[in-house]
Amino acid sequence: MTSTQSGKFNRIAIAVVGSGGSGVMTVGELLLRSAAKAGWYGMMRRSSGPQIRGGEAAAYVELSTSPIESPCEYFNILLALDWKNVERFASEIALDENSVVISGEAGVEFPVMVTDTGAKVWDVDLKTMLKKLKGSRTNIAALGLLGKLIGCPAEIVQNTLENKFSAKALELEVSFAALELGVQAASQAKFVMELAPPDVDAEERWAITGNQAAGLGALRAGVRFVAAYPITPATEILEWMSPRLRKVGGFLLQAEDELASINMTIGASYSGVPALTATSGPGLALMSESLGLAVAAEIPLVVVNVLRGGPSTGIPTKSEQSDLNLAVHGLHGDAPHLVLAPHSIPDCLWTTQWAVHLAEKLQTPAIVLSDQSLGQTLAVTKRPLDSAIKAEREVLKKVPEKYQRYALTKSGVSPMTLPGTPDGQYTADGLEHTPQGTPSSMVEDHDAQLEKRDRKLRNFDYGEYWAEISGSGKIAVITWGSTGGNVREAVSQIDPEGKIIRMMVIRLLSPAQPEIFKKALENTDRILVVEQSYSAQFYRYLRGYFELDDRAESFSKPGPLPISSAMLLKKLQEWTTK
Amino acid sequence: MNNIHVPPENLVNSFIPKNYKSSTKPVWCPGCGDHTVLMSFTKAMAKLGLNPEDSVVVSGIGCSSRIPAYTKCYGFHGVHGRSLPIAAGIKLAHPELSVLVFSGDGDGYSIGGNHFLHACRRNINLTYVVMDNQVYGMTKGQPSPTTEPDWDNGMAPGGTNLRPFQPLVIALAAGANFIARGFSGDSNGTADLIAEAVTHPGFSFVEILSPCVTFRPEQRAWKDMVRSAPVKTTFDRGQAARRLATDDGFYTGVLFRDTRPAFEPPKVKTEVEVSDFDHEFIV
Repeated sequence: MTSTQSGKFNRIAIAVVGSGGSGVMTVGELLLRSAAKAGWYGMMRRSSGPQIRGGEAAAYVELSTSPIESPCEYFNILLALDWKNVERFASEIALDENSVVISGEAGVEFPVMVTDTGAKVWDVDLKTMLKKLKGSRTNIAALGLLGKLIGCPAEIVQNTLENKFSAKALELEVSFAALELGVQAASQAKFVMELAPPDVDAEERWAITGNQAAGLGALRAGVRFVAAYPITPATEILEWMSPRLRKVGGFLLQAEDELASINMTIGASYSGVPALTATSGPGLALMSESLGLAVAAEIPLVVVNVLRGGPSTGIPTKSEQSDLNLAVHGLHGDAPHLVLAPHSIPDCLWTTQWAVHLAEKLQTPAIVLSDQSLGQTLAVTKRPLDSAIKAEREVLKKVPEKYQRYALTKSGVSPMTLPGTPDGQYTADGLEHTPQGTPSSMVEDHDAQLEKRDRKLRNFDYGEYWAEISGSGKIAVITWGSTGGNVREAVSQIDPEGKIIRMMVIRLLSPAQPEIFKKALENTDRILVVEQSYSAQFYRYLRGYFELDDRAESFSKPGPLPISSAMLLKKLQEWTTK
Repeated sequence: MNNIHVPPENLVNSFIPKNYKSSTKPVWCPGCGDHTVLMSFTKAMAKLGLNPEDSVVVSGIGCSSRIPAYTKCYGFHGVHGRSLPIAAGIKLAHPELSVLVFSGDGDGYSIGGNHFLHACRRNINLTYVVMDNQVYGMTKGQPSPTTEPDWDNGMAPGGTNLRPFQPLVIALAAGANFIARGFSGDSNGTADLIAEAVTHPGFSFVEILSPCVTFRPEQRAWKDMVRSAPVKTTFDRGQAARRLATDDGFYTGVLFRDTRPAFEPPKVKTEVEVSDFDHEFIV
């Protein structure tokens, strides 16, 4: 929580809570979208219990004058539409004596999570206020109140609301009245919680979730077939893609299970259409056998795995980086494939786009490791990277005599024929095979094909994209995926000029890049490996592929709480002051 | 409907069965019914005049699933039980291809059972041929879903004591568009069934009794048990169900045809470019 000279804040964190169905997520999203229209940056994370309705929900909205990626340590405002089961979020909503708690209902005994912190309490009683306004909803009044508090122009909030409920005129009238009541209530506030004015000349900004970004990246790269099975927290990728795929001549099919979806994807790709499926941990586990088939038969495809807490059903609605082992090592046999991870919400677009490109180029499956915190967080961010990179598969239109589908070429990539092409017939097979594709259990064929499939990935030049590296200090901080945002925020506070800390967020997790990695770590004294898993999967992965000596230390916490920038900061301060 | 290639008369010789058979030698035992199913397939293809390069033969794992490499078509020999999803992906992405799926009673009814149900109800234009020998042959003689309850075997000594799976009943209930049964010993009859299945729109299911002479030598007697069903094909699902109630598993022919159109991806032509989607996100 930083405030400017004028007493206004550069950044404000607001938690909106309430029982499921009370409209918590709507308040959060409309507040963020209004603030975005007014020129600010921000993000909204979602937290909810497993119930479809009637459970509890929390929207964590952070607004700022500049782009942000990592959750705050303390919330400035906690607004409760009601207090049913709110204590279930106690460990996610840290408050301190500077926080303000706003209650939407009167006469409530506040939970310990509020009373123990010294936070100021303000009983607004929106429910009673709205009694005379028939058909109105508390959450809309809350939106008016919060919008006013942060200093967002009322007409912008009204417009955002209007866009959301465009068709329903009568409801809109009631909603505007509720909004106005909220605004009036805000003027009674005995504190100031206003955002500093936004930079009006800021560059183009986008409001996008990681799941939407992944979908858009896939379309940009040329994906035109998707088969998938609904699963939290990946479903939004599918629901975003399905209608848009149809508009660009593609198709999404809901399969009967993940075994079907991965194989439909393989079939579509075999016939020549760039194909993708999206899932989460349990689905990826089911797909792993057929991913091996795609490796052996050399069929390109992309699986976007949106990670959630595991093992088993785990915590479907919350984030964790604990599928790394499965993604990198989960296939049976020696099965070289690609594993990539976006390091921010806008990077979900580029990394997915790159994954499609690489999978097609190298004729192998690519797993993209996004997670719930990237996928389901709505961010107001700078425009994501524009890149023209596309699916480029080496396909033969005219087939030479004695064509061999799995020819042992220099690069290891063998030109492919597609059904419909005369004289190009071959059988794609999960059985080990000869260069012609004929099944073979001969030592020589196994050796040659294993080596070829490995070589095509090993020798490929992935360029600078394998990792995001910044700073040049002797302390290295290495991380991957969504944790990259938390690390960046901590490092930018302790070392804004990048002279003490060298930060590496690895995007290409498989195949590992030991040579480049070694070079990037030259002249470092200490290495901190940061990740969100209980068993330090990333640290062990690094030790497996790279020569990490005793310089390296693991900083690993399980989900669902995000890696705290404050804790990281403390650790790095210890190191830098020594 | 598949696009059936009508050969010009001077080229009619290129559509002969042997032109659909590759030079790869099958792994099947001598006397296995699958040899004649392969022959029936080549006859059906010649009869239909389909170009081998415009046809894809898809399979899973098991004795029967070895068939793609023995043909001159494009082929896909996938993992155990997943032939139907692979075929669905191919057909949805490229509707102009003829896609035939070959499976066995273990691959298709056990590990792949869920896909069978959903392929029937989804009704994509595929031909699904299951070579049923009521045994797992490749793993050397374990009971399959269609094995008789009292068949003695190493996995379940004295027999499984389980009611056999009824493929035609299941296909009918799940919504298959075409349902037939053939016998591998009748290679011309089976070829006709396969050809009819290919030309029928939607999901066509052909169960072929194909004896395993190695682990079920008693199935040699099937040739004396099979006979043509004494009734004509019905378009009525209820009537088909009643016929199946008295079916002893050895009636051959086309049991049922439906007229439901095949499932196809909607053909929506718009002027929309991917870059147009950017506007949804620009603040």
